[in-house]
Amino acid sequence: MASVEFRSVTKSFGSFNAVSDVSFSIGDGEFVCLLGPSGCGKTTSLRMIAGLETPTLGQVLIGGQDVTHYHPKDRQISMVFQDYALYPHMNLADNIAYPLKVRGKSVSERHGRAREVADVLKIGHLLDRLPSQISGGQQQRTSLARALVYPSQVYLFDEPLSNLDAKLRLEARGFLNHLQRDMGMTAVYVTHDQAEAMALATRIAVMDQGRIVQYASPIEIYRLPATTFVANFVGNPPMNLVEVEASHGNGSLQLRADGLSIAPLPMTDVIGKALATSSKLTLGVRPEHLHIAQGSAPNTITAALFANENMGPESLVTVDRADAGRVTARIFTDDHLQLGETVTLAFSPEHVHLFNSKGDRIPAAGE
Amino acid sequence: MKLTLSAFVGRIAFSALAALIGAAFALPLLWFLFAPFNARAELGLALPDPWTLSNFVTVFGNNFAVQALWNSLIQSVGGVILVGAAATLAAYALSRSSLPGKGAVTYILLLFSSVVSGSAAMVPIFLIVSAAGLIDTHLAVILTFAGGLLPTAMFILRDFIDSIPKSYEESAMVAGASPVQAFFDVALPVIRPGIVVVVVWSFVNIWGSFLIPFILLRSDDQMPASVAIYSFYSEAGTPIVTLLAAYSLIYSLPVIVLYLFVSWKFGFRFFGGIKA
Ligand SMILES: Nc1ncnc2c1ncn2[C@@H]1O[C@H](COP(=O)(O)OP(=O)(O)O)[C@@H](O)[C@H]1O
Ligand SMILES: [Mg+2]
Repeated sequence: MASVEFRSVTKSFGSFNAVSDVSFSIGDGEFVCLLGPSGCGKTTSLRMIAGLETPTLGQVLIGGQDVTHYHPKDRQISMVFQDYALYPHMNLADNIAYPLKVRGKSVSERHGRAREVADVLKIGHLLDRLPSQISGGQQQRTSLARALVYPSQVYLFDEPLSNLDAKLRLEARGFLNHLQRDMGMTAVYVTHDQAEAMALATRIAVMDQGRIVQYASPIEIYRLPATTFVANFVGNPPMNLVEVEASHGNGSLQLRADGLSIAPLPMTDVIGKALATSSKLTLGVRPEHLHIAQGSAPNTITAALFANENMGPESLVTVDRADAGRVTARIFTDDHLQLGETVTLAFSPEHVHLFNSKGDRIPAAGE
Repeated sequence: MKLTLSAFVGRIAFSALAALIGAAFALPLLWFLFAPFNARAELGLALPDPWTLSNFVTVFGNNFAVQALWNSLIQSVGGVILVGAAATLAAYALSRSSLPGKGAVTYILLLFSSVVSGSAAMVPIFLIVSAAGLIDTHLAVILTFAGGLLPTAMFILRDFIDSIPKSYEESAMVAGASPVQAFFDVALPVIRPGIVVVVVWSFVNIWGSFLIPFILLRSDDQMPASVAIYSFYSEAGTPIVTLLAAYSLIYSLPVIVLYLFVSWKFGFRFFGGIKA
């Protein structure tokens, strides 16, 4: 196991920067998720760790050693590909044992080790099948077995669960989680699924347009999103964002928006700085911090009901604020609501997040 | 369903016509199968009476005819090996590298290849081969065919390799393989069905060719079977049908055997990538 570090890494394809000036470091034994929407540069970053792409600028270090120009074979890494990349002409045993074959191990050692790993992954009975003769979930586990069959410094995963159906994905996710905590492996895991990142990662790097916007533990990403982008990407459903007009006086901050009623908040220096550039702020509240209230109390958002989706234990209640967007609440009570009916959603002030006009978080007092 | 009389007559007429056309195509084939075993074969179709192998005995007694089959084999196999190996390496490089203008290279070569193997280029080819001192050698035929067939072979193979995900070799390299190892262990077996197609196609092309060996070769002991067939004529210029028929059948056997072998061994199926 080893650490991984990016030092000001940029990767350009022509004039387009797929990854722009990214620096971060991954500690020994950490499980880091690169999280972001499609096309934000996650795969490119992972491939630079693997050596399948060479950075245009900057350095990549593995275990403290500069490997920027090393061939993939010299990096002692394992990788699970999104399409699994199982060799169609080899049976599972040979697929799994291929890294050992390359390392010159004997046939008996190869097959013994392949069987051990396959048994752990519950594909031991399929070893003489071809990849085309097994299911998608079994293919996924085969590619995982091939990555685990030899000791590596770093394990790389590129959306390994994205081709599985929902139930298998949950199962595989739990298995990966257990495996990582058990082995203490250093892993970099690319995904666009925030739930996967939250469940697996010790730290999450949220990426947007080739940059890392926030690199922190899942809890911190959830509790203190650094930008509106992160706030809107993480959470299920993600945080509600309401554009507000701010004014202040007598040490208190007053926010105004259609359908929003909010008690004055304490004014701070940081808020003052944000207001110096623009009086437009963004207020964020997580759906799970909203509940249905009667009448027009303070700290509420009132609008017409747009949708009421029953999810079993909870319902997603969405109200439509017309041009100002929609707000969704996760409600754990069973209310009978009529479409178009006016609904009041209440929150408490300590669950309010504020972002300046550029979308950056304004830390609350004491943060 | 009720048939009107005119529709009924129309159907009968159509079936009769189809049968007639079918027979017209089947007759030469039947002749091709019967005549070799008929000691008194003529150009007309007739059942052998009795069936005999005497025509074959005569053919195999003819040293020139046997040598010609052997020459055909040398030239075809030599050409196939050259085309197969060179096309595989070239197509792989063209598919996997990020050379600018690699598409244009293939298309320009493809354009010129139809010229090279066409009759228009026979004079320049003859001049080049004779300047290289290769006239009347197997190598002349092999090289000329390699030049003519390579671009199309590369084109077919490149298309095939393009459709194979790069992640096969990438996963091999991440697992510790050198690019050469990744090529032989992973890429080559997956490309093999494409190579088989190219091999069969170039074998059939070289085996059946007449013009190029006819022009580039002089001595009897270099001539391939396609040219040798012309020796089964009497002094007066009339074909000796019995020998011609037997020899033609022998001559077509390798191609048929090759097709059967390939379809038994590979089934002309492709592995294809694992569905993403
Ligand atoms: N080989 C390449 N050539 C050109 N553009 C590329 C190449 N690889 C990736 N890109 C571009 O770089 C951006 C980031 O790609 P990628 O890292 O695959 O995104 P992600 O994995 O986050 O979806 C995309 O816009 C993609 O089109
Ligand atoms: Mg990707």
